[in-house]
Amino acid sequence: MKYLLQRLAFYALTAWAAITINFVIPRLMPGDPVQALINRFQGQLSTRAIDSLRTLFGLDDEKSLWQQYLDYWGNLFRGDLGTSFTFFPTGVGEIIGQSLPWTLALMGVTTIVSFVLGTVIGIYTGWRRGSWLDGMLPVTTFISSIPYFWLGLLSISLFAVQWRIFPASGGHDAGVVPGLSWEFISSALYHATLPAITIVISAVAGWILGMRNMMVSVSSEDYVLVAQAKGLSERRVMVAYAARNAILPNISNFALSLGFIVGGTLLVEMVFSYPGIGYVLFQAVGAKDYPLMQGVFLIITLAVLAANLLADLAYMALDPRTRREA
Amino acid sequence: MAQPTDVVLTATEAAPRPARRDRFRFLRNPKTVTGLVILAGFVLMAIAGPWLAPHDPSARGPELLQPPSWEHPFGTTQTGQDIFSQILVGARGVLVVGLTAALIAGVLSVVIGVTAGYLGGVGDDVLSSVSNIFLVIPGLPLIIIIASFLPDTSDLAIAAIIGLTGWAWGARVLRAQTLSLRARDYVQAAKATGESTPRIIVFELLPNLTAVIASGFIGTVIFAVLANITLAFIGVADISDWNWGTVLFWAQSNQALAQGAWWWFVPAGLCIALLGTALALINFGIDEFINPRLRSPGKEDRSVKMRIGFTPVVRRDYPSDTAPAPGGEAGTDTGNDDGNDDGNDDDNDGGGSGSGDSGGDSGAGDQPGTGPAGATDQRKEANR
Amino acid sequence: MNGPVLEISGLNVDYGLGDAAVRAVRDIDLTLNRGEILGLAGESGSGKSTLAYAITRLLPPPGVITGGHVRYRPAEGGPADRNGDALKAGTGGAGVDILELGPEQLRAFRWQEISLVFQGAMNSLNPVHSVRSQLTDVLVAHRPEMSRAARNERAAELLSLVGIPADRLGSYPHQLSGGMRQRVMIAMALALEPEIVLLDEPTTALDVVMQRQILRQLVRLREELGFSVVFITHDISLLLEFSDRIAIMYGGRIVEQAAAKDIYRDARHPYSHGLLHSFPALHGPRRELTGIPGSPPDLKGMPTGCAFHPRCPKAIAPCSERVPALAPAGPGNRTVACWLHTEHRSGDS
Repeated sequence: MKYLLQRLAFYALTAWAAITINFVIPRLMPGDPVQALINRFQGQLSTRAIDSLRTLFGLDDEKSLWQQYLDYWGNLFRGDLGTSFTFFPTGVGEIIGQSLPWTLALMGVTTIVSFVLGTVIGIYTGWRRGSWLDGMLPVTTFISSIPYFWLGLLSISLFAVQWRIFPASGGHDAGVVPGLSWEFISSALYHATLPAITIVISAVAGWILGMRNMMVSVSSEDYVLVAQAKGLSERRVMVAYAARNAILPNISNFALSLGFIVGGTLLVEMVFSYPGIGYVLFQAVGAKDYPLMQGVFLIITLAVLAANLLADLAYMALDPRTRREA
Repeated sequence: MAQPTDVVLTATEAAPRPARRDRFRFLRNPKTVTGLVILAGFVLMAIAGPWLAPHDPSARGPELLQPPSWEHPFGTTQTGQDIFSQILVGARGVLVVGLTAALIAGVLSVVIGVTAGYLGGVGDDVLSSVSNIFLVIPGLPLIIIIASFLPDTSDLAIAAIIGLTGWAWGARVLRAQTLSLRARDYVQAAKATGESTPRIIVFELLPNLTAVIASGFIGTVIFAVLANITLAFIGVADISDWNWGTVLFWAQSNQALAQGAWWWFVPAGLCIALLGTALALINFGIDEFINPRLRSPGKEDRSVKMRIGFTPVVRRDYPSDTAPAPGGEAGTDTGNDDGNDDGNDDDNDGGGSGSGDSGGDSGAGDQPGTGPAGATDQRKEANR
Repeated sequence: MNGPVLEISGLNVDYGLGDAAVRAVRDIDLTLNRGEILGLAGESGSGKSTLAYAITRLLPPPGVITGGHVRYRPAEGGPADRNGDALKAGTGGAGVDILELGPEQLRAFRWQEISLVFQGAMNSLNPVHSVRSQLTDVLVAHRPEMSRAARNERAAELLSLVGIPADRLGSYPHQLSGGMRQRVMIAMALALEPEIVLLDEPTTALDVVMQRQILRQLVRLREELGFSVVFITHDISLLLEFSDRIAIMYGGRIVEQAAAKDIYRDARHPYSHGLLHSFPALHGPRRELTGIPGSPPDLKGMPTGCAFHPRCPKAIAPCSERVPALAPAGPGNRTVACWLHTEHRSGDS
């Protein structure tokens, strides 16, 4: 319990830090960014958007910094993330609300699939060290070095342009109305296949390498030798003794790498124009839509924190040493 | 984020103070060598690229969107620019940003990680919380946000952003390593004799952290290269500077995909992947240096399976030992002057012949009494 | 009942393959008799642990067994008869050569016939499984017919055998003290009532009081259950106290082998003598501690002739030239490999 409380406190601290960073960044900008934006949009910005921007950049002269900070928190708690000016007058919260499910589905499924797949392959390659599987390592290293988005470009050009097997962009057919209909779901799955395969191929290589090295390290632990001495079945030694211990650090790494994976996944969305948060971020960046960018960053961070918490719970369930009662 | 310290510590235990002759052992690791050779190629490209480039990367030409040819090895863009020249010229930006960012991050991680590990107590708690926070906040989105707020997105600014946000992983590993080193006898001894803290850190701790620092540095270079290219690709970085990300940006925004112009984006991606592979290979070498368990058994005979828990039986004839030893003197030589014999020993180590710690781990001199007949006459029994 | 249960002959072990190989154990001949405690002593690097792991084929890479036989002779109607066909396949009239067993036969053989208690109790237990699960998985593997309830009952019984209350079955290794963990290991080693228990420095990590407590318990259990023991340690005073016979190793060879009391009274090999005078005896008259000058030989640069001669205070001319063979030396079936005690013959062991 103590361990869990410590972790929760840490996540609360991290959430606070991320939110505060979000508050600070725009205020560190030199010059008058709002004027620059007004010029850029040549009077197409409404007064409301300009007000929202002044608040964002902390250019409200009447308010102290502290007051601005309190207001910022107040808005957050009301779910008010400001107004996007590319999708004016839609609120940032609403845009994120629409795109988040797409991202969660794509990212959640692919992350779990690649972690499980990579871990299982890693267990075998690490256990059967010195077999032909080791010959695959250079290939795996090469694949893990390929940027996600470039693999995305490659798969589009092959499987969507060269051979028209999968759609090149979008989340569903334009003619289908989103809803709980079979038509929509099948269309969404069809559109998600290519991005999902791209992400899994990019991500799985890293998990294979990590888990393999962990297996190799753990295999020379005394308790694995004891297990062999006991004449247990190969399967039992590999799974219950070696893999069961090797997976613990791999779960820690999983949590730590989430931030990185999320970054890569967002880019795959951009390449595929997939209607998730990554694509929204891409559009926001292109249009210098600061409120939207910030909202996206905040949501991504909170989602990563939540995923970390889940990884922590998994770790606690798997390692009796963290279950120690105080 | 559950206790990766465990991992680091087990790796640490396997790393005693490396003997001097072991320091450069990883340079003989084939993975490291491959990585270094590829990296050297890219470094050369970064230095000489702009002079080697056959064309001005930005100059438009008459041949539009042409596939690779002798004139344009990587083909041309929609406006007739030579992609081969863009790749050559772009290497410099990629490496400069990667190295600068890793340098900034490296310095920060050493300062924060070693201080935290050495100080312990509240100082450690604060510093490691800060680095954990930076670890958990997704790096790429943060970098994108900061970069798009900045008016100046030159290479140097990008490198600074990546460096300032990407130090946490290194700091974390260094902290764990320092913690374990701090408890070692020789550090305690230095403390007891009244050496000053900075002196202990610089002369006792840092030399033993070199491998970890190097591995962290290379890891950060990989991250920085990817981040930099990503920023260029989504158009946040200055697109007038050529780097591989910019090439991809133009390819993407000019619908290279839909036009089937694979040559526009394939070379840049391959270069990124190749550079990443090279750096990863160097890091594998360092990992194997830090954690001997990962070392492959080396130039092993493929017909003999080395497997934990099932010692192979390979019957072999030894000449009778109990008879006077032929050529025994050569054997005694190897045994007696360990210090001067480095050259010989090291050559044998190159194959990484030993990974166990049971005495046979550092290669082998000639065995006394083992004549050439004993060494070559091996009968292998298919024992399994 | 006193015949040999394990016969090691001509055993050689290398680290590494081909030209890079280092020979760690050389031409070992050793017999373990039924019901006895055989002590194996020597400095670190003498090859004693290598020998123990080689016997069971558990030597981790890059260890390779390069020659010899390890013949196991089960008692008539003893545990080996219970042990299915896998083992019988390899059983001639002369017992089983462990070095000839295939992986599956080896699995069936292990723990059933020879179990081990390892050095370093801290890492021998799997940190993520409970004591119960680690005690019962042996039973699952070797006694598939046992019911879950019977297995749990047996696990509890084993724990009480080593003086640990049965309610610790649910504990995890990190919740146990070092002494308790080593007792759990011993309980585990006895789970299948094997013929032979190999102890590799079983108590080195423990304090002196705990050491003796655990060893006494083992001796008592041996009397009850009648297994044979190979006890490996660098602490010769423990061996003198607890073992029947002692074999002393140096540079990968056995240099002397005799009854414990004979070694204590009259060690023949100068190395045994030196080893004996490096430890204070806990019982008996006081002796002067002299120790042995110099350090153990490097496996990759073994001295010619007798490996001990550079450190030997009594070295004579042939010592640096020829390796003395292990030869009978006096009554009580004792053997010694030393030119001081043999005729100057070119031995062919």
